[in-house]
Formats: sequence, structure tokens, C-alpha cells
Amino acid sequence: MMKTQLTSVILTCLLLTYALPLQADDDDDHIKAVNNEAYLKECSSCHFAYQPGLLPARSWQKLMATLEDHFGDNAELETDVQQALTDYLANNAADLSPDKFSKKLVRRLSEDKTPLRITEMPYFVHEHDDLSKKMVSGNPEVKSLSYCDKCHTRAGQGDYSENNIFIPGYGRWDD
Amino acid sequence: MKKTLIIAGIALIGLTNPISVYATDAVDKLLAEYSTVPAAENFSAEAGKNLWFQEFTDEKTGKIRQCTTCHTDDLRNAGKHPRTGKVIKPLAPSVNPKRLTNLKDIRKWLKRNCKWTLGRECTVQEKGDILTFIQTQ
Repeated sequence: MMKTQLTSVILTCLLLTYALPLQADDDDDHIKAVNNEAYLKECSSCHFAYQPGLLPARSWQKLMATLEDHFGDNAELETDVQQALTDYLANNAADLSPDKFSKKLVRRLSEDKTPLRITEMPYFVHEHDDLSKKMVSGNPEVKSLSYCDKCHTRAGQGDYSENNIFIPGYGRWDD
Repeated sequence: MKKTLIIAGIALIGLTNPISVYATDAVDKLLAEYSTVPAAENFSAEAGKNLWFQEFTDEKTGKIRQCTTCHTDDLRNAGKHPRTGKVIKPLAPSVNPKRLTNLKDIRKWLKRNCKWTLGRECTVQEKGDILTFIQTQ
């Protein structure tokens, strides 16, 4: 009896030691999903709806103030919609988010920088530097690192974990 | 009897009218609004069609831009965003009845897309012509 109890205690300890950090590690690659209907409607008619937690508030504010030239496209909005979406993005931005993933993204960014592209975030660059040109820009099914959901199969749900990476033409990705 | 005649009459008008027009409240309202501008004349699907296929050169890139760049030659087809590749659902109300039903959306896209394609906002006449053309598709 005593022995069984001891075994279960040991087993529990082992489980806690190994299983918990794994779960925590998984958390690191998740970000709060988009939960704003207007944002989804207005932004995802042209592109993937990037989660607010991928850029700091100052970046979103600058981006939303220059929609007339949005990376070469005109993405102007009515003033009230523009303001509502700026508020949503800024309030849920990476530098205010409790998500570990967002914290990692801003930690590497110097405070005097205001990138407009997520692909310019130092942590992003670091995480993607193993990829060859053939896999991304030379890959007709991917083309650019800007299209998160081409390889991160659950990007729409805010899941950027390694378990859910599939590079078209190459298959699953293991770091 | 009278009722049957009226229905038959309406059906006949429908049959003899060579182009179907997919009228919506939103477009009716916009066209009525545009008509109040003194410079605007009767809106024409033909003029809208010409504008649809007209080529414009973008000052910055030197590239040709036209409505068809994103929406293709046939409005019943799905289009594609030239940069992101995102699919644009067909503009033709005959295959996509949701089109031309939201006044705010029509205003937004006409403003953005005229600026992108023509390099300026469209005139009231041009907007009226384009909408009249899309309605026939």
C-alpha cells in the first residue's frame, strides 16, 4: 500500500517536472486571436488579419495614420472606423499584452524603433533566419514572410507553435 | 383577369429588356445623390464599361493599373489582390447578390480603388457610370 502511494507521488512529481514546462513552452508561441469583427472585416478583405499582439502600440498608431499609402495600396477608412480600429489595435498591442509571445516580440525591439512591418521585428527576423530563399520568396506557394498563414496552419487562431508549421512543397518544419 | 394581364405585362417587359439590371436600394440612393450634382449627366453603363477597361499609368511605379488588374475582365469571375493574392469575390451581382447592397462599403471601395487605379478620386459622373455598369453584370 505504502509502496503504491510512493510510486504515485513519484509519478506525479515526474509528470509535473516534465509535462508542465512543455505546456508552458507551447504557450510561448500562442497569441491572443483577433476578436474584433470590424477589424476582421476591414483588414482581412485584402490580407491576413495580423493579431494586434504582433506589433507595439506605437507601430499600430503610425500604421493606422498612414492608410492612404498602406504599403503601396490605398486602404483609407472612414474616420470613425479608423479610430475604432486604432483603439482596438493599440489596446491589445504587443507591449501591453500579457501573452508571453508578445513579450518576447517586444523585448528585442529597441524603444526608439517603430517598425511598420511585423517582418522587421528583431524577434521575428531571428525566428525565421533558418529559412532558405527557396522555401519563401522563391516558393510560389509562399512568396513572402508576410503571409503568416501560408505556413503557420493555425495562424488565424493565434497559434504559431512549431507543431503547426507546414511549408508548402517542403512539409513539416522542425527547428 | 386584370391582375394576370399586369403580371404578363411585367414578364414581357422583363423579356424584352436586353440587359438585366440588378437594382439595390444602396445604389438607387447613391445614384440619386450623385444626380443632384449639376455636372453629372445621365449615368451610362457603356461609359462605365469604358472606364472599367481604361488603362492608367501609376506615377510611382510606371505600371499600368485598371479595374481589371484585380477584378479580371469578367466581373462574374473571382479576382485576386495583386500583392497578397487574397481572393476577391465576384463583383457581378448576378453571381454574388451581396454586392452593391451596403452603402458604406460601396463608398469606401469607390474612394480607395479610384485613388489606387486612377491616381485620384473619381468624379461623380464616373462613379455613377461605374455603378450603372456593375449593376448590369
